[in-house]
Amino acid sequence: MSDVNPSTSPALEVQGVTHRYGSRVALKDVRFEVSEGEIFALLGPNGGGKTTLFRIITTLMPPTSGDARVFGHSVRDAPGAVRKKIGVVFQQPGLDPKLTVLENMIHHGRLHGMLGAPLRKAADALLAQFGLIDRKKDYVETLSGGLQRRVELAKALLPRPEILFLDEPSTGLDPGARIDFRNELKRLRNETNTTVVLTTHFIEEADHADRVGVIHEGDLVAIGAPDALKQEVGGEVLSIEAGDPESLRVKLEAMFSCEVRSVDGSLRAEMNNAHAAIPRIAEAFPGEVRSITLGKPTLEDVFINQTGKRFIDADADEPEARKS
Amino acid sequence: MTPYMLCMGTIWQREIVRFVRQRSRIIGAFGQPVLFWLLLGSGFGRNFRYAGGGGEGYLEYFYPGIIAMVVLFTAIFSTFAVVDDRKARFLQGVLAAPVPRSAIVLGQVMGGATLALLQGVLLLVATPLAGVPLTLEAALASVLVMGLIGFALTALGLLLAWRIESTQGFHSIMSLLLIPLWLLSGAVFPVSGAHPLIGLIMQVNPLTYGVAALRRTLYLSAPDAVANLPGLWISLIIMIAFGGVCFSLAVRTAEQSEG
Repeated sequence: MSDVNPSTSPALEVQGVTHRYGSRVALKDVRFEVSEGEIFALLGPNGGGKTTLFRIITTLMPPTSGDARVFGHSVRDAPGAVRKKIGVVFQQPGLDPKLTVLENMIHHGRLHGMLGAPLRKAADALLAQFGLIDRKKDYVETLSGGLQRRVELAKALLPRPEILFLDEPSTGLDPGARIDFRNELKRLRNETNTTVVLTTHFIEEADHADRVGVIHEGDLVAIGAPDALKQEVGGEVLSIEAGDPESLRVKLEAMFSCEVRSVDGSLRAEMNNAHAAIPRIAEAFPGEVRSITLGKPTLEDVFINQTGKRFIDADADEPEARKS
Repeated sequence: MTPYMLCMGTIWQREIVRFVRQRSRIIGAFGQPVLFWLLLGSGFGRNFRYAGGGGEGYLEYFYPGIIAMVVLFTAIFSTFAVVDDRKARFLQGVLAAPVPRSAIVLGQVMGGATLALLQGVLLLVATPLAGVPLTLEAALASVLVMGLIGFALTALGLLLAWRIESTQGFHSIMSLLLIPLWLLSGAVFPVSGAHPLIGLIMQVNPLTYGVAALRRTLYLSAPDAVANLPGLWISLIIMIAFGGVCFSLAVRTAEQSEG
């Protein structure tokens, strides 16, 4: 494929990326696009392939096959051009603990071709914006995890990247810091139209993105705006705990002529008027039902709908995060 | 300043700043060799006679060897830092920046070489104690040679460090490869008088020529004392070639690294 004009290209195009570690397939023909100015979340349990995809789109390793393009530049053929466009926040902060906050910023700026007074000014401005100016002369090793994450973000923004990649930015942050961080990303997008692509295994974090790609066992199983994805699931979701789930499942499917799934011992059904079904179920199967819960679908329901598994159970260690 | 120089420079500077802030590294790379020199040098005392040389004692013979050891240890400690950087994921951030890998490696090598050179200069202060007849020209020339040996050994260390995942792994490489490289370089005992097989290994060991160049520059004003060593120019050429090969291999390793 010939190089497309970067000004009309999407911020990120993942084109049939497949990646293998030996015989194990970590990513299977993943394809999606992210538009400029969008906040896009890759949601999936650990071990699902997110970090592999992250390392590919940040040019740290080439995919086994397929390609990814950042503003039209191929990570395979032009990693140097891609690196000029991107800011990266890794899961483990890539800061030097033996340098001060400011020294880390200066070092990073120079790696991106900045120097002298403009670099110092830009670094100070970002440190002020992130509430770090009082700590700028402190060694990074003396900062809390949350503050280090903020330094990492400030550092990544220093060269004014057009697209910001963040790997699990919420990990290790307390709930308050998570909200601050999320608001910071939104403000950044609103003020500078920076595209944001993040990976997460927190459902509620993905809920705040403009669009979400759900990744499971190397497959992109769903993609769209969170609300649109939830609407696809159905109007309302019923969760039913029963003494004998399998027999009740068969009876419910016959009664409502809709699909009822058995997920880890509880039954789930998506229907438009689920609230009206509750009294009918309670009356028809009084001895069999232990509890019935009614809820609006969440991204978790989207995940269950696509994979037949609960999100938390699909969570596993992420052995492919790093090849050792 | 070009982006290449800027990147190389900032990595170079960081290597030095980090070194100064980690006192244990200074003690390890400088204190230990000096202690070795004083203990071993005084212990052997005048029992040691350098065949074919002047009437120097072991303290004097061992002195250039100890400078080489300080340079080697400094290079090793610098390359430890690369393994640590990768473990701490600092290297990821550098690798995702728009800079050529050769600029990163060059900055690291220059950092290691500078530290090696500075510590070598500190050791020059002990010259009178060793009995080496040092002149100003000899001192300047030796400093340049120390820088050259530092460059080559740091490049060799990096070539290994960019492949190795843990400092433990690096420790075994150090004891099995780097220390023997130094032991068999004429730093501890001369080629003449060694077992023929050992003598042969010493003659193909590139560091032998680094140590020879160092001895020749230290004794610039008294060349007779080092008359049976390889010549200065051939030694320098071999060291430069060795450094160049290690550096290009280290760059190639870094280019294939995924952080």
